[in-house]
Amino acid sequence: MSGQSARYAYYPGCSLHSTAREYNVSVRAVAQAAGVELVEVPDWNCCGATSAHATDPFLAFALPARVLLQAEESGLDILAPCAACYGRLMTAKEEAHRRPDLVARFEKAIGRKLGPAPRILNVLEFLAEPKVAETIAAGLKRPLTDLKVAPYYGCLLVRPSKVTRFDDAERPTSMDKILASVGATPVDFPGKTECCGASLGISRVDLVVELSGRIVQQAKHAGAEAIAVACPLCQTNLDGRQGTAAAKLGEAFGLPIYYITELVALALGVAPGRLGLGKHLTNSLALLRQKKLA
Amino acid sequence: MPNLKSPLLVSGGPEKRVFLGEVDAMAATHVAACYQCGKCSGGCPLSFAMDYQPRQIMRLVQMGLADEALASNTIWVCATCYTCTSRCPRDIDIAGVMDALRFMARRRGFRPGDRNVGVFHRSFLNGVKRFGRSHELMLFVEYKLGTMRLTEDLPLGAKMLAKNKMAILPEITKGRAEIAALFRESARGAEKGGDKL
Repeated sequence: MSGQSARYAYYPGCSLHSTAREYNVSVRAVAQAAGVELVEVPDWNCCGATSAHATDPFLAFALPARVLLQAEESGLDILAPCAACYGRLMTAKEEAHRRPDLVARFEKAIGRKLGPAPRILNVLEFLAEPKVAETIAAGLKRPLTDLKVAPYYGCLLVRPSKVTRFDDAERPTSMDKILASVGATPVDFPGKTECCGASLGISRVDLVVELSGRIVQQAKHAGAEAIAVACPLCQTNLDGRQGTAAAKLGEAFGLPIYYITELVALALGVAPGRLGLGKHLTNSLALLRQKKLA
Repeated sequence: MPNLKSPLLVSGGPEKRVFLGEVDAMAATHVAACYQCGKCSGGCPLSFAMDYQPRQIMRLVQMGLADEALASNTIWVCATCYTCTSRCPRDIDIAGVMDALRFMARRRGFRPGDRNVGVFHRSFLNGVKRFGRSHELMLFVEYKLGTMRLTEDLPLGAKMLAKNKMAILPEITKGRAEIAALFRESARGAEKGGDKL
């Protein structure tokens, strides 16, 4: 997309209207700073997330397919900041080519025809789009100098690579580059693409404490002062479970888990008070004050 | 390039291969090609919590041991992170096989090998059926009542409510008739047994 008024269809998904409200705020703040218009997909529904693709093969396709259908009228590329929504939309787009039987059942049930799917962007791709990247390059109001941040990609942005075709499944670098572009120091660490435990967050707390704890520990040991994420579930798990994990491991973590868009918005001069950083469960303001960024 | 569709480690007669054929068709993959290298188990972040390792699940499918595979806790503990799928040197969609085994386990009346995970998925989809969108607070409550794990995570839940991270009222998709039609079609397809991945 190019031209004066960059516009995108915007699919926030359920989390960005609830547990990840602050993610929604920061995505919109970055878009506003870059002069990009986000047009919310009219009357969108849940993508079905893990629960649909884990237990119901038809809904796993049909729920995200309806989102694509709702977005169609705008004719715009779709931005999906939640990594799980992004993965489900990309999978539905791929299945629509491969599985005419599913498409036929979907169209018959809903009484509407599914057109060709547009480009679907995750938040890291969005931050690399011309208008946004140019805004970042044109001058940072508050460069994040001396802030050592571990970029955590998790699973669904980079896997399965045949579906997302984004970055590298084992050693992605796109978020590292974005962090560097806003003046922060990206910290390489072994847990970049390890799984946080995802939707087991409620049903198997023990497992998520183990997995998320290991990721936070690896980032801390690599010298990071904070972790950047691009997924509401990654944020909730790393943020909410690190206290229990630290106690279990006999260590102190206290690592703020920022959405990548929060860090970009800060660097673009958005006031910290507007971003709702107080919603994070691990204190996320103290570090910024210490670095004179808030 | 080997013929990936040809049975390599598959044992037994045709009757033992029925299950293999069903799993392959559902997951659009070729489990017979697995040569048991163990890369999936080695990279799996949750293997420590599984009764059968991912590699062993592949072998159970090859051998037609359906009951063992469908009753395992492995298929429910799998977080579908796709590490196995992206690393498999035989290009088998192992995470897709886990999805297929979960569908079959449900359809054939196996109790989920991890009860809480099963209740979570059911509660989640109930919510979507009701409102078109997920309502986290109600999901939390329905899951708690379904598992009777009433006290677990209450401090965290209270903290999230206090920080206004959980909406009290649900958001509702207006096109609920369409959502309902999709759920009906899902139930109809499951009855006919015609679902494929």
